[in-house]
Amino acid sequence: MAEMMFWEAVRRAHDEEMARDPMVICMGEDIGVAGGTYKATKGLYDKYGPERVIDTPISENGFTGLAIGASFIGVRPIVEIMSVNFAWLAMDQLFNSAAKVHYMSGGQLRAPVVVRSPGGTAHQLGAQHSARMEKVFMGIAGLRVVTPSNPRQAYGLLKSAVRCDDPVFINEHELMYNLKGEVPDEEYFMPLEGSEIAREGRDVTLFGYNISVHWALQAADVLAKHGIEAEVVDLFALNPIDREGIRQSVSKTHRAVIVEEAEPPVGVGSEVMAIINEECFFELDAPPVRVSAKNVPIPYNHKLEKAAIPSPDDVVRAVLKMFGK
Amino acid sequence: MNSSLKNTLSVESHKRLLREMLFARRFEERCYEAYVERKIGGFLHLYCGEEACAHGVIEAARPGHDYIITSYRDHIHAIKSGVDPKAVMAELFAKVTGTCKGLGGSMHIFGVDHRFMGGYALVGGPFPLAAGIAKGIKMKGGDEICICFLGDAANNQGTFHESLNMAALWELPVLYVCENNLYGIGTRIDRSTAVVDQYKRVSAYNIPSRQVDGQDIDVVYDAAVDAIEHVRSGKGPYFLELMTYRYRGHSMSDSNAYREKAEERRWGERDPVIILRDRLIEAGEMTLDDYKKLDHEILEQIEDEIIRFAEESPEPPLEMLEKYVLVENDPWVRGGAG
Repeated sequence: MAEMMFWEAVRRAHDEEMARDPMVICMGEDIGVAGGTYKATKGLYDKYGPERVIDTPISENGFTGLAIGASFIGVRPIVEIMSVNFAWLAMDQLFNSAAKVHYMSGGQLRAPVVVRSPGGTAHQLGAQHSARMEKVFMGIAGLRVVTPSNPRQAYGLLKSAVRCDDPVFINEHELMYNLKGEVPDEEYFMPLEGSEIAREGRDVTLFGYNISVHWALQAADVLAKHGIEAEVVDLFALNPIDREGIRQSVSKTHRAVIVEEAEPPVGVGSEVMAIINEECFFELDAPPVRVSAKNVPIPYNHKLEKAAIPSPDDVVRAVLKMFGK
Repeated sequence: MNSSLKNTLSVESHKRLLREMLFARRFEERCYEAYVERKIGGFLHLYCGEEACAHGVIEAARPGHDYIITSYRDHIHAIKSGVDPKAVMAELFAKVTGTCKGLGGSMHIFGVDHRFMGGYALVGGPFPLAAGIAKGIKMKGGDEICICFLGDAANNQGTFHESLNMAALWELPVLYVCENNLYGIGTRIDRSTAVVDQYKRVSAYNIPSRQVDGQDIDVVYDAAVDAIEHVRSGKGPYFLELMTYRYRGHSMSDSNAYREKAEERRWGERDPVIILRDRLIEAGEMTLDDYKKLDHEILEQIEDEIIRFAEESPEPPLEMLEKYVLVENDPWVRGGAG
């Protein structure tokens, strides 16, 4: 088991899949000669050439649609959209073409395209470069959405996504590419559905995904000092989401806090709450709570930016309040 | 026939194409009736008046080998690509025997076995999909091409520019056919588009292009043979603009009140079916009675075979509602076969 950085894990998955299958290609802005903004495709241009590692024009909807069309006839494209803020422009092709073609063709066509894109609030990137879009993507029938929280998941999810016949959107995070973690030396495939228990506990479940798993884990450390054993559930799959995993953990702890980096409306938090209501309402000892971003465009000023996004302290406070402390 | 044409069709081909085009006309007119009878729901976009475009181009291509993709005005492109007209009509009737089992509808006819890659309902949506299919062809190394039929108004979408740029940049084997019927829904082209001649717009991407009469199938075929030869020989994309006219409104919900009757009459005098019919009659290969007999046979075939099949077919079962959202039993969803 070797330790590697998040970007190295993503790069390794690309490299292995491209070496295995000549129909696997990758495309996006600056991913070839420049090696990718976050180095996720570093060195692949020299190894696989310009026909398979494609520097695209800045035409997100166009090149995403091109990848989808190629996937209809056996190509397995991995598209990198440099930032999820730019993925808004590709939503027409992702939603109208990729997510629906299998259904509306009565099962004749498949769109096995992978689209990876980092979102999240990083360092003072301002309103138009700080979006968190997972809540938009996860609401679209026909599009799988996964979001890795560590290098092992980043590697294993991309490996499975490339081979899966459904379109898969992989929501990464701008701040996480240098995160270190252990990745198996041998090939490793993550399931594209389900959840993982990142920390076991019995008193309260903290649901997180992507970067908010780390906030939940930090909060759990603090809560342990207050005598509260928090369980942290990592929702690495957002569509379909793991209803059974949510039910099981809440049925054990009887309390739930959802930690999300995005604005509260129509998000992961509201979805998980709805599932708790539907699956295990009578297991609850307290009303579930969301710890979310403020419902604002992200400001440039650093102090305000920090205030817009939840922190581990916010999670701790929410849990202590739930326990009347 | 215009003696300047380089690529010509035989008398047998003319006779077959007349039958196919007349069939297309009667098929679409029968769809109109079925829509009024509420047998067909949703939106319905008819191809009447534009028959020479799809027939001339696909006649010059290799259906079943070349990939064809188009917009929501797709019934006739599907049929000319080899899709069974019974399955097309059954799809319009929302039956399980339809091309897409009743899940697609008029705007989403698919026939992947015939490499008819579908009708898409977002204006301009197929531009990048066609470029992507062409990218796949290039990677696989075959001599197929992709042919993308879209209307003139699609050229005002960003996908037009994004896709033509990439197709030219990467020399992709794609033929873009612009069926210029002069109207984007209800807005005349000169009121929506700064450059009315669509073939001129692609010069910005160094893509060779040509504008020809889309009502005369001999002219369409001649231009299409050259265009397809260009694309198939590996020289990159081509853009063929066909000047045509739709007899009916944009869709069935369109009152068609925005066009002048004089303009409709003028185009009606250049009917693609009648042009070919008269050409055969003038050549002594057919009489008016032969034509009437043919028409009668077609109407009977549509009624007795096609409509009956669509009427008598069952609707999809409710269990199908959630069947094709995601691919079933994909092992990689569980992280692999192991």
